[in-house]
Amino acid sequence: MNRLRTIFLAPSAAFTVILFLIPLSIIVAYSFLTRGVYGGVVGPWTLENYQRLFDPLYGIILWRSLVMSTLATILCLVIAFPLALFIARASDRAKGIYLYLVILPFWTSFLVRTYAWMFLLRDTGFINTILTSLHIIREPLPLLYNETAVVVGLVYGYLPFAVLPLFSNLDRLDKNLLESAADLGATPWQTLYKVIIPLCAPGLRAAGVLVFIPCLGAYLTPDLLGGGKSIMIGNLIQNQFTTARDWPFGSAISLALMALVMVLLVSLLRQDGEEAL
Amino acid sequence: MKQSRFLGLFAALVYAFLHVPLLLLCAFSFNSSKFTVWEGFSLEWYRQMFADTQLAEAAWNSLVIALASTVLSTIIGTLCAYGLWKRGSKWLSGSLYLSLVTPEIVTGISMLAFFQWVFRYWQVQLGMHTVILAHVAFSIAYVLLVVMARLRTAEPALEEAALDLGANEWQAFKLVTLPMLKPGIAAAALLAFTVSFDDYVITAMVAGVDSETLPMVLYAMARRGANPVVSAISTVIFLGFGALILISDRMQKA
Repeated sequence: MNRLRTIFLAPSAAFTVILFLIPLSIIVAYSFLTRGVYGGVVGPWTLENYQRLFDPLYGIILWRSLVMSTLATILCLVIAFPLALFIARASDRAKGIYLYLVILPFWTSFLVRTYAWMFLLRDTGFINTILTSLHIIREPLPLLYNETAVVVGLVYGYLPFAVLPLFSNLDRLDKNLLESAADLGATPWQTLYKVIIPLCAPGLRAAGVLVFIPCLGAYLTPDLLGGGKSIMIGNLIQNQFTTARDWPFGSAISLALMALVMVLLVSLLRQDGEEAL
Repeated sequence: MKQSRFLGLFAALVYAFLHVPLLLLCAFSFNSSKFTVWEGFSLEWYRQMFADTQLAEAAWNSLVIALASTVLSTIIGTLCAYGLWKRGSKWLSGSLYLSLVTPEIVTGISMLAFFQWVFRYWQVQLGMHTVILAHVAFSIAYVLLVVMARLRTAEPALEEAALDLGANEWQAFKLVTLPMLKPGIAAAALLAFTVSFDDYVITAMVAGVDSETLPMVLYAMARRGANPVVSAISTVIFLGFGALILISDRMQKA
């Protein structure tokens, strides 16, 4: 078997090494180098790029990314949990349709989904036009290009990532447990708080991590919905590699982001094992 | 189990949140006015869309890139899944899963840094080839994930039986396991096509002057401000993907 297996694994191993591991190592190396006069990377080796992460100028962007991702994750869980419960309680045929409806918008282009919110929120957009024509407001509300718009966009973009793990957890719940809770006199709310939610802890953790990770690394959503004032880590990295031409610092931010993602994933896998994902 | 009325209402609201923005966007692509006030049905924006040669070129590029990347990544990813199913390789599966959770912007800039570093020694430039290579690289992990899920339900004893009956390893793979994997491979190819056709962040980093893709044009148009042509393109993409999913669904059931 070994020869066939080696041949089969060779192309994917080559792609992974050449186009993922080596590029990542270059970024690691760059993060310890200095920015050249014309934007390239030069010696000597330094830790300065990592120290700059704590500069308040950039710290505020990192902090904002954490806050907005946390907020988006909490909102996703709060919205996804009841929806997943609803789907899990539906008949087997309806389940398929309801799940399909969750994934359907997910199959269109991410750009299109983000543009849909620009279309709704901009000054001359759908919401402002409706409110103005109903004479509820005179001046358009500043709905687009702020942090709220970014959080809405993140929730919209990653909601399915929360619904699916929660559904698979809720769907596997032992119905007898819920019935015994009711038989023993628990109200539906008590059953929810004392039985269902504790049993769904693994699903909630997986859903939280699956939403939080892409939110933290988001680029398009803050770029298109946030305007210049609400940029996140992803935009800061892009900026360092393009306009600012400070590749070493951009590399250091990228690795800090990767480190955060890894810590989250590893702690999830430690807690719930590989089944979690 | 009985559905509570509260849950039903809540679910309806969430579905509205998920679908109404896209439906409104599609509806207003047929509006004769440039503004968000309904003035009558018109195909003006579709006419403008089809008249735009830059758009046509970008759509063509996207299609070529997505097809090339789908074929390559589906083959490579399927072989990889089979190899890993036979015997795991911690570093390879670990790296591939890591690539799946790496933020796109980090993948993009690291590939850009890599290409620039390599091209200092070779006189090559960024272009279609770098975009296709990048897309294959990030699609393999998606293919692996889908095909692996299918392989987990496979019965290794079947291949052993084939080997006992005199088949060689290649024949056992080709005649026993591969046919069983077909639905998984089709689903993986569909996913690979979607992630490639949709990608903006990584593509924008590694694209050259001759390889502008549809998402890149769409992004530039969206940034410039309200434009009903973007709504028209969005509608076409929406319907295109919808059709693709329905067809693949039918094919898998048939």
